[in-house]
Amino acid sequence: METILFLAHTEADGSLGKPALEALGVCQGLQKSLPGVQFAAALVGETTQPGADAIAGCGASRFLAVSGPDFGQSRYASDAAAAEALCRAAQATLVVAPATSRWNRVLPGVAQRLGGRVDTHVTGVSTDGAKPAINRWYYRQRMEAQLSRAQRPWFILIDPGSQPAAPIAAGHAAVEAVAIPLPDSCKRTQVTGLRVPAADAQTIRPDARLLFVTGAGWTKKQADGQTHVPEAEKLIRGFLQLTRASLGSSKSLVDLGGEGQAVLSFLTHLNQVGQTGSTPRHPKGLSTCCHGEEPHTVGWRFINERRAISLDPNCGWARGKADVLYVADAFAVMTRVNALLETQKPA
Amino acid sequence: MSNSYQIVVCGSIVPDPLQTLEPVTGPAGPALKNEMILPAVLDPWAGHALYEAANLARQLPGSKVHLVSLGPKAKLQQVMMTVAQKVPFELAALDGPANGFTDPSETAAALAEAIQGIAGLDKSRLLVFGGWESASRGAGATMQMVGERLGIVDQFQGVDALKVNPDGSFEILERIEGGRHQVSRCAGPPALLGWATGNLPEPKNNPQVGMTNMRTVMPALQRAKAVKTGTEGVTFASVALPRQQRETRIVKDASPEEIAREIVDWLKQ
Repeated sequence: METILFLAHTEADGSLGKPALEALGVCQGLQKSLPGVQFAAALVGETTQPGADAIAGCGASRFLAVSGPDFGQSRYASDAAAAEALCRAAQATLVVAPATSRWNRVLPGVAQRLGGRVDTHVTGVSTDGAKPAINRWYYRQRMEAQLSRAQRPWFILIDPGSQPAAPIAAGHAAVEAVAIPLPDSCKRTQVTGLRVPAADAQTIRPDARLLFVTGAGWTKKQADGQTHVPEAEKLIRGFLQLTRASLGSSKSLVDLGGEGQAVLSFLTHLNQVGQTGSTPRHPKGLSTCCHGEEPHTVGWRFINERRAISLDPNCGWARGKADVLYVADAFAVMTRVNALLETQKPA
Repeated sequence: MSNSYQIVVCGSIVPDPLQTLEPVTGPAGPALKNEMILPAVLDPWAGHALYEAANLARQLPGSKVHLVSLGPKAKLQQVMMTVAQKVPFELAALDGPANGFTDPSETAAALAEAIQGIAGLDKSRLLVFGGWESASRGAGATMQMVGERLGIVDQFQGVDALKVNPDGSFEILERIEGGRHQVSRCAGPPALLGWATGNLPEPKNNPQVGMTNMRTVMPALQRAKAVKTGTEGVTFASVALPRQQRETRIVKDASPEEIAREIVDWLKQ
């Protein structure tokens, strides 16, 4: 018989983020489809009661928590100690958690401590009779596998955005506090802050409806034999301001900076999408000046509607990777797109 | 206080990203079709970890870089011919499968054992580096398990910068959600860092470095211990390429105005 543990960390205000509610929805699905399961919920954070109350009606028979100032930080040593203690207290066999940066950092190590196994970036959970099975991608989203595991505890980290968030009735949860004496050896690291781009320089917007990807073509010589990098910057920034799209980039464009070539000043490796970058989730994606070969497009696996602007009619996008390929000069098209968007902007 | 480190980089090989990959099912579970003849490269994020390690070692005299690599010996040799020309390191090679379907816990056990076997290892000066995810399994799990096996609880993932402070502590930048970085201060070694891209370009090939490295790389490959890593306890119901192939509409002869109008209409839907 399985014991499912929903394991989440709270945000700074004690609430639960959307990825946590998505993982909780998976737990509820497993509870319904697996016979005779136990279901517990466990939270880690500086304060956990608000988060527990928010999911009081989730169907968990127990609510456990490790709380206190030491557990507000996203720090491996303290998070591992807390997660380990909660898993042991719940005697969990299946641990379902959101694949946030905080949990991705620590839960594989906790699985190791408990003699279990872990699967990260899980995009689907199903049951085959009495056995749970998961879906995840291999080789940077190039092939998808469905698998199950015999080892327990089995940690399953749900990729944010891959599941619907569970609608949960709030109430009062009776939380069992799990006390952990944290040794000094777990406090050698202190989180000192966040480095966040200025509001107008923040081009990565995970909740945007559109991913706008720029390729190396923006910095290459154009028809007049010259590069037009400042003009490219103006067009791209203008489009981002008008649409609030999230900005992605091919690796080659970001790498140009390291090779001493002209580069778009606001791009960093964090914007990189594809083989060595991210695989964001957005409803729509528009690619410009990027040839759409496999290392780029693996980063588009979770973009639903895809359009591309490229001068090459035989580029990768034309081979079944985009819904629409516009064979055109991106400078000319984006100038007119911006002008149209400007005229349609609410006063 | 000495500021020199023993930096151990864990990095394996992956198929060249430009190759077409196809899964097949063999007696030992899923694998890649024609895996042994696919051109391979050093895993990109592990590569960044190696270049950052070499850069750190160059700044702090007395530091040394070890590269621990698990893969089929013949493929490792092929890839090392290039990698060895980039930066100075000493190789510890393990001969075993490097495909993405092997379990991270089994890979971590082999890597941790190899690290513990490095002669003269001083854990108080140890920094373990690796890629935060591989381009094969892409789990971002192996390094944490290696760290646990070595008893390292100061761990960081998605690292883009490491600065050594005058007092020997580290300032570390880790990628978190929304294009932000978390800044942490760690008291010092031992620590484990799973690198994202970092800030360094790929070093140019340096034949002199290559010749020096090859003196230790070839013997290390010859004595590479065979390790068995697999998928114990895992049942793969299916491994498949995505079926969705889009019917691409190619718009060739439209004016920029027409295309712009169509794009704006689409954005507004």
